Amino acid sequence: MSFVEYSDFIQDGDVAIVYLSHDSMMPVKVQQGAQTQTRYGVIRHSTDLIGQRYGSKVTCSKGGWVHVLHPTPELWTVSLPHRTQILYTTDIATITMMLELKPGSVVCESGTGSGSLSHAILRTIAPTGHLHTVEFHQQRAEKVAEEFQEHRVDHLVTVRNQDVCKDGFGVTGVADAVFLDIPSPWEAVKHAKAAMKRRGGRVCSFSPCIEQVQRTCETLAEEGFQEISTMEVLLRVHDVRTVSLPLPDFGPDPSEPDTEREAPTTSGPTHAAVTLKTTTPPREIPGHTGYLTFATKPRT
Amino acid sequence: MADHEDDDYQCRIKEGDYVVLKRGDIFKAMQIQPRKKVIFEKQWFFLDNAVGHLYGATFEIVSGGTLQPEKPKDTVSSDGSKEAGTDNRNIVDDGKSQKLTRDDIETLKEQGLKGQQIIDQLIKNSSTFRDKTEYAQDKYIKKKKKKYENTVTILKPSCRILALMYHGREPGKICHMRYDTLAQMLTLANIHAGSKVLVFETCAGLVLGSVMERMGGYGSVIQMYPGGGPVRAGVESFGFPAHFHDMLHEFPICHVNSLLAGTLDTTAKDTNTDETKSNMAAEEEQNQPEADEQGSMEQQNMEINTGDETGQDQEKTRKEAKAQEKKARLEEKRKKLAAAAALLEGRNADGLVIASRFHPCPVLMGLLKFLSPSRPFVVYSQYKEPLIECYTKLREHGGTVNLRLTDTWLRHYQVNSPYMSCSSQESTVLTPSLKRKSLTSFLY
Repeated sequence: MSFVEYSDFIQDGDVAIVYLSHDSMMPVKVQQGAQTQTRYGVIRHSTDLIGQRYGSKVTCSKGGWVHVLHPTPELWTVSLPHRTQILYTTDIATITMMLELKPGSVVCESGTGSGSLSHAILRTIAPTGHLHTVEFHQQRAEKVAEEFQEHRVDHLVTVRNQDVCKDGFGVTGVADAVFLDIPSPWEAVKHAKAAMKRRGGRVCSFSPCIEQVQRTCETLAEEGFQEISTMEVLLRVHDVRTVSLPLPDFGPDPSEPDTEREAPTTSGPTHAAVTLKTTTPPREIPGHTGYLTFATKPRT
Repeated sequence: MADHEDDDYQCRIKEGDYVVLKRGDIFKAMQIQPRKKVIFEKQWFFLDNAVGHLYGATFEIVSGGTLQPEKPKDTVSSDGSKEAGTDNRNIVDDGKSQKLTRDDIETLKEQGLKGQQIIDQLIKNSSTFRDKTEYAQDKYIKKKKKKYENTVTILKPSCRILALMYHGREPGKICHMRYDTLAQMLTLANIHAGSKVLVFETCAGLVLGSVMERMGGYGSVIQMYPGGGPVRAGVESFGFPAHFHDMLHEFPICHVNSLLAGTLDTTAKDTNTDETKSNMAAEEEQNQPEADEQGSMEQQNMEINTGDETGQDQEKTRKEAKAQEKKARLEEKRKKLAAAAALLEGRNADGLVIASRFHPCPVLMGLLKFLSPSRPFVVYSQYKEPLIECYTKLREHGGTVNLRLTDTWLRHYQVNSPYMSCSSQESTVLTPSLKRKSLTSFLY
């Protein structure tokens, strides 16, 4: 198992995703002899996990069952331990495409936070790219480095514990893309530019407030970035359900032939209905996560 | 640090390169061919002069359709004295504000005035420009720029640019898939280097090309195609290096059932060549329109190349060569089919991406069998109803978890120009909320 390479069977030392339901998943470090508690009972790693196929149904001690899935950055995003606010897959997908990430890309990121986006970046740039990620919070930087190791992607990433606004990314002239998720991105635009390749590249800044976006766009324009564009992407999940629509009864229709007029009276009032599959829109409008500002650094 | 690599010849435009032309928000994919007349945004020109320049360069189209590298200039309009009104209370729309007539502008053009110079003239001759607000002035300039500027930027193609291009120019060809939807699909299907991915698409090859880009030449992509031959013009536009095509395989869906039943014959032993051959021939026939086109193009090229030489014995050798070629092509095709079948037989694909005008339900149920356990798949349809059917069927069928029917909303924000640091966003554009759904799930 690795976050950048699939394998078929669960092995000692893997991180597997235990799928309880669509809104409840938990990452499990697989260890010989270890146990994991779930609401359906205990999972014994040695017998229930190790040697099993990813995707298997595992019966827990209380008789309930769960699925054990191969980890992906997307499953990690919905199951990782939060140490900060995180980026979700909808934004991550947009960022990945709009930053033009692909195998071999060199990317700079700050802040690392809980590593939700970092894992998705690593998946996309492997096996020949590199991620330079900067996090000013020491414990968070250490923790995420540990996770990269457990997820077997540490060879693709350098974690730096420093303040990107003051000290930059620690590299110059190497990045194809830069991502900023910090409170004052405009202070890091210069550093982003310095970190990027001479031939240019793409930059993205994520900010929840429009005032931040405004200042960032100003600075980007001042620094000569082009194609500056700000967007927001929201996910709508459609709930598929069966609905039953009753048909109205207007009573006997005298203009219709006799036989049909007789029918309802003999069988009494009918409760005819049509059943169909449809979707209901999400009950709440999906929450605003943040604005994504993209720009292109031209060749300098 | 990596500067020497920066200036490598990858960054320079070469003859034969696939490029994207850009002006404003308009894109067009092209191949650089010598003396080829290109029409873009109602203007014609030749790309010859772009060869040797760096990607990202902007060119001016001068008389005779020649490209001239644009001189570096500050993009901010030159006249420093800014005068602007506060609102539009004194502006009357009487059609008389512009003193230059259409003919005047044409004369200016004939005199060889460039885009920016014409715009300057328009501003000078507009009686209301000075009374417009700064915002309105900006908008005016932007609009006129779009109309009179004759520059073109040459870009290296990418999934982002081609998705934007197709969506802007020919949405019908890509089942009206928006670029943000494509982005979701590539991520939710966990497309990455080193995996084995099945793609079923009728999106001109845009989806297939995007998957290939994300795999960077590592692993294998199998295009499951309907009909006589795979359609993938869009893949060409990506301009991938040659080795990327080594990972691309194709398999006709009309052979899926026989493959699953284990009756598909891909050997070329003497005993059953006939049968295989007739199969191939049938396919070839279906393929005819495409093949014909290719053939005639080849012929044209040949004619240009051989030019003045003509002879009867040449006709004969040509015929022989053609027969030989056809044989070789059939053999090549058989080998390809065998290779794709070998990849599929293990039923251990790592990803499945479906985006087509076909009913997604049978496509999904047919191809799902080739997927390994615990691997994601994603299905796109322009319409919601068939995806509801897919969803219901999968639920009844069992075997999938984390199934979701989703679509995305995309909204662009116009953020004000730097020198107008007053308020928040001025206006918003909501992309039409046509139903564009993608169904994603994980299979166990």
